[in-house]
Amino acid sequence: MEQPRDKTLDFTSDGHILVFDKLCKNYQLGSVELKVLREIDLVVKKGDYLAVMGPSGSGKSTLLNLIGCLDRPSSGKYYLGGHDVSTLDDNELSAIRGRHIGFVFQSFNLISQLNVLENIEVPMFYQGMSEHRSKVRAIELAEMVGLGDRVNHRPTELSGGQQQRVAIARSLANDPLIILADEPTGNLDSQSGRDILNILDMLYQQGKTLIIITHDEDIAKHSQREIRLFDGRIDKQWYNR
Amino acid sequence: MFLYRTKRTLKLGIKSLWLHRLRSTLTALGIIFGVASVIAMLAIGEGASRDAMAQIARLGSLNIIVKTVQPSEDQHATGQQQSFQEYGLTYDDAERFRNSIPGVQVIVPVRRVAHQAWYRNRKIPVEVIGTVPWHLETSPIRLVMGRFLSGYDMDYKQDICIIDERVMNELFKFDAPLEQFIKIGSDYYSVVGIVSTQPIAVSSEQQEAKNVEATKKQAGANAGNIYIPLTTAKNRFGEMSIQASSSAGRRVEKVELQEIIVKVADADLVLPTRDILQTVLERFHKKNDYELTVPLELLEQAKRTQRIFSIVLGSIAAISLLVGGIGIMNIMLATVSERTREIGIRRALGARKKDIIFQFLSETLLLTFAGGILGIFFGCTIPFFVTHFGNMPTVITASSLLLSFGISGAVGIAFGMYPAYRAANMDPIESLRHE
Repeated sequence: MEQPRDKTLDFTSDGHILVFDKLCKNYQLGSVELKVLREIDLVVKKGDYLAVMGPSGSGKSTLLNLIGCLDRPSSGKYYLGGHDVSTLDDNELSAIRGRHIGFVFQSFNLISQLNVLENIEVPMFYQGMSEHRSKVRAIELAEMVGLGDRVNHRPTELSGGQQQRVAIARSLANDPLIILADEPTGNLDSQSGRDILNILDMLYQQGKTLIIITHDEDIAKHSQREIRLFDGRIDKQWYNR
Repeated sequence: MFLYRTKRTLKLGIKSLWLHRLRSTLTALGIIFGVASVIAMLAIGEGASRDAMAQIARLGSLNIIVKTVQPSEDQHATGQQQSFQEYGLTYDDAERFRNSIPGVQVIVPVRRVAHQAWYRNRKIPVEVIGTVPWHLETSPIRLVMGRFLSGYDMDYKQDICIIDERVMNELFKFDAPLEQFIKIGSDYYSVVGIVSTQPIAVSSEQQEAKNVEATKKQAGANAGNIYIPLTTAKNRFGEMSIQASSSAGRRVEKVELQEIIVKVADADLVLPTRDILQTVLERFHKKNDYELTVPLELLEQAKRTQRIFSIVLGSIAAISLLVGGIGIMNIMLATVSERTREIGIRRALGARKKDIIFQFLSETLLLTFAGGILGIFFGCTIPFFVTHFGNMPTVITASSLLLSFGISGAVGIAFGMYPAYRAANMDPIESLRHE
């Protein structure tokens, strides 16, 4: 997917995968304008492991939707991999999502009609990868998350932890710029949760860029860098390691 | 690339349809019955139409039939009771037709007299038809045995006759008919040939066997036709006929010919020739004592009627297809809202709106095409049963198959589009949250 590169902005250098420049998001509720995000400035570098924290209502979900290109900002700029994505149309956003964002959801969000392999193949299918290549890649990914022996199982035949591992494998399918995880352990028991966090750690060590949205301090501790959102603003940010 | 995508999408469609087998089957039923009824109705309509055409064609599409009719009383009866009437076609008319009209191939003057025929002690009412040797050229009847009339018979007014199969069956139960003598009135005629029975215009070939009894009743007055030379008929029966009428005692009528059949060389000549005949007849027949019948015209009229018939049947069937389509749309809308979350997931994973449209549209199309194929299957068996048990001719035309299949495809696209659009235009964030 070729995106027009905006050359006037020099701070979008190659190391900066994600740049928010005074990003705002407002919702119109009747006659009242609700400011959910107020002028967020944020830079995420390649290989970062970022945890976004904050109480409910602080704008975490909205931030997730914006990072994931599911929504467009009301004002401000969003550069992803050097491209301005804040003004793209629906088709282009879909392509960006498929190519550059790997989603991991709290409730796994696997497609129940498809088996493990087919679920992992979905993002590759929409990027137009050939049948053979996507199959090989899907098997590779399934083995990486430790499910090489269950590729023909349906999601309903897997435990929660296994389902979330399938979801992680799926998020890696197109080798995205960012892996975006929304409460990835929220629906799991502590053991499965730890397994998932270990996999995420492993991905971090492999040099992947991760953004994890959570309200759990322990999970946030795994990250290299934490952001605390409050009332639509970045309240605090610090580095863990 | 595109092929692979299509293949994957269709595979996915089949999968999710298979997952809801009962629902898919019920949904397809609407289309199945719609297509089947289009095919069946068109087949029945087409069958009826061809049947009617065949009957009219039997009258001969190149023929123009001029018949004598009794002029209505009030036209000329000026108070006084007429005991003598002279009307109808004449030998002169036949002669005039022959001389004045180009393009005429054959002219057959016919004299019909109702009479009784005797053989030994058997007696049946018959119609004696005085005609000419070339009668067979204008008639669907054909020679079965012996010979038809000849020029010699005409010239020498021979006492011979040709009987049709019905007369043969009635009179000659035990004897071979040829060379036997039949008594008509006070004269004996030698049987020289047998011809097939003139088909009754209303009954089709398939019905003929069943309708023999009805036909007999219909024929009532005469059990069959006996053909004799026209010249003989003129001599023996004359042109007068005396009828006893209740109010005025007796009435005498003079009619020379009952019928003149004119056959032209080419179908294009039929209507112009009809017009010329009309003009010629108008000049010599002020009494309006004739009637022109043009089978070709009837044929065309029948075609028009049948077209309307087909259109009516077709549109009824098309409405049932439409209902089927609405059923499909209904189910697809339910499916879409049921799979909101899946749509959200796919959108998050990079599916564009048109990918979603394609996915749901392909499911609808699969349903309608499967329904269309099954419908064609049922649509072809229904006419078979109608023909078999209902004794009605049916004709399945290739165009009706294509038409109904095309309509079912169009219904699929038309009614699949809206649910697919709705699916594609759902907000991905909302759909991901949907439970």
